[in-house]
Amino acid sequence: MKLAYWPGCVSRGFTTELHGSTALVAERLGIELVTLDRASCCGAGVIAEHNQELADTLNARTFALAQQTGLGMMNICSTCQGAQSECQQRLDADSAYRAHINEALSDEGIEYVKDKNGWENKNFLWVLVEDYGLDKLKAKVTRPLGGLRVGPFYGCYIVRPKHRLGYEKYPERDLYLEQVIEALGGEVVDYDGARKCCGFPIVTMNRDTSLRQAGTHIGDALDQGADCLVTPCPLCHLNLDMQQPEAAKLVNRDLGLAVLHLPQLVGLALGAAPKELGMNRHIASTDWVGERLTGVPA
Amino acid sequence: MAEAETSTAVSENGAAAAPVAETEQYTLKVRRFSPESGQGPYWQEFDVELDPTLSVLDALLQFKDREDGSLSVRCSCRAAICGSCGVKINGQSTLACLTQIGEAHEFANRAAGTSGSPDAPKEAVAESSPALTSGSEPIVVEPMGNMPVIKDLVTDMESTHWKKMRRVTPWLLDDGDPPERERIVPPDSMVDITQTIACIQCGACVSSCLSMEADPDFIGPAALAKAYRFVGDPRDVESKERLYDLAQDPHGIYDCTHCFACIDACPKGVAPMDQIMRLRRLAGEQEIVDRNNGHNHEAAFVKIIEKKGTLDESLLLQESYAPGVKGKLIPKPSAIKGLLGSIPTAVRGIRSGKMRSLPKLIPGVHHKLPGDSQEHVKRIFGHAEEHRTELNLYITGEEDELAEPDEDKTSPPEASREPKENQ
Repeated sequence: MKLAYWPGCVSRGFTTELHGSTALVAERLGIELVTLDRASCCGAGVIAEHNQELADTLNARTFALAQQTGLGMMNICSTCQGAQSECQQRLDADSAYRAHINEALSDEGIEYVKDKNGWENKNFLWVLVEDYGLDKLKAKVTRPLGGLRVGPFYGCYIVRPKHRLGYEKYPERDLYLEQVIEALGGEVVDYDGARKCCGFPIVTMNRDTSLRQAGTHIGDALDQGADCLVTPCPLCHLNLDMQQPEAAKLVNRDLGLAVLHLPQLVGLALGAAPKELGMNRHIASTDWVGERLTGVPA
Repeated sequence: MAEAETSTAVSENGAAAAPVAETEQYTLKVRRFSPESGQGPYWQEFDVELDPTLSVLDALLQFKDREDGSLSVRCSCRAAICGSCGVKINGQSTLACLTQIGEAHEFANRAAGTSGSPDAPKEAVAESSPALTSGSEPIVVEPMGNMPVIKDLVTDMESTHWKKMRRVTPWLLDDGDPPERERIVPPDSMVDITQTIACIQCGACVSSCLSMEADPDFIGPAALAKAYRFVGDPRDVESKERLYDLAQDPHGIYDCTHCFACIDACPKGVAPMDQIMRLRRLAGEQEIVDRNNGHNHEAAFVKIIEKKGTLDESLLLQESYAPGVKGKLIPKPSAIKGLLGSIPTAVRGIRSGKMRSLPKLIPGVHHKLPGDSQEHVKRIFGHAEEHRTELNLYITGEEDELAEPDEDKTSPPEASREPKENQ
């Protein structure tokens, strides 16, 4: 399997362990990734909030660069998925608008072409379940997660709104994390926050509201006995992990719950060492998860 | 009443009815609460027999009619017009009259098929696999969220809906002098606000709002969508004052996390979050600098992408709180407080190795896109900032399928995906 790969900004910024663990896991799974290093930020909803046409054009350029490779496109960020799907929906909905946007790409000699079957840009989570397949993934597992209790945390942008995220074609997309956790031998923790908001987008505007959301969900997962959370979204990771000590103050309780990126969880089950997966770069300690699986302190 | 009695009527004189609807048995699990009882809330499970195409409201009314008249549920039109029967079904805020019981049942089974919670906010999907209908998971019905419960499924919408609605001055502020005849407005200028006019005040979006869960003072999706209805109205003369007020309020437009919950909850396609983003867009265009750093954050983000192509997080953090530290402006006290507040996080970031590299430590060192890509991105900014086109699919629909005759003719045009039932 070969895919055009959009890593996003945060995976190469504050969460480099995500970009690194994706590369490692893709190689072990036999997925070849062609990085779209000329593409720009998806806008994370913020550019669309400033100027919708601007966000649509920047993402049309990314899609066009991916289409030039002749491959399907993969991202590793719920927010990229949501922001890009929103732009794609508008581009696919109106040919006159698409032509207007493509005009801005003509200098570079590229264009976004609508595919009548729907051109697909998929998060790694969707690729794993829909294209790679859970059976094939299971067959690759060399170190089953041995009952590790994992709480899924999706990120809003990958579960809502349903009408633009392909749920007509793939109705179980909001259950994939659970399916992957089970395929890797882990145990799913059922808690209230799995599909709620981490609060990250307003962390610089209303810090209390933002971090109270993160803190509440981590607390709920702990109350249900979670050993860790797993998320396909690096922005969620910033609020859930990087800001966890601050979130703990706001919800007035000790937290200290490891938050793994999706490729890290997959990597552990494929036998990779926690350190290879960058798990030592987290704020909330991941030692317990690593020790439990490998028997070796991280 | 009428629907609730249909199934008995059919069984008595079934011969008369030509296509007799087949009823099925469903289990409902309803959150009950009666303040006078002195007891806390509790779950009650009961069975109903209904045609799968009838609604969850029909099921509740059948139970109320035949088994327990004490169940309280608010309803009136049963046709998704009056907005009275807002509830949560399987965790999803919606109207009880608009949710078919067969779909709600399929959904409850699908969610229970894995370890996912049936209470998790997921909505019924029309084309679920038929195999899933054979499960026997109960359909969970609760009162709306983010509101005090008066009794059973009836909530008090005063404090979290109507009060906030009044907060945004939900009437037209015109220039004061009544015209001799009507005010003439070009139709095009009103098109933009038709989406918000479709609101039926059911409160489903308020019930679903994840920011309001964390901040009960958040003005919220319904009231902010209503605010856009007047901000976008060309007859309103206080649009800028409205925007200023909503941007400055710490619980205003910058308190929305873009979680999309209100978009999925709204039964009328109002997409309240999209309206909040329009309010932000207009506040940005009017250069309203708010004390919540909303405008600064947006302006800094956009500027960084124009210059670097990808996000320089350190620079974004600095510029969001304190724009112009490197040059002219002196940051406001609130901005300094925000910046100081993020220092412990930065220190931890450096210690863990997360932020231990030059571009992450020093704002502005972040690299540009390779080759001539940065130039192309810059040109895109020039093009888009010149037009600022805003395509609203609620208004235009998805018309491509109609326009391109070589498309697959067997599938119906999907122009109706964005609901248009506001007339």
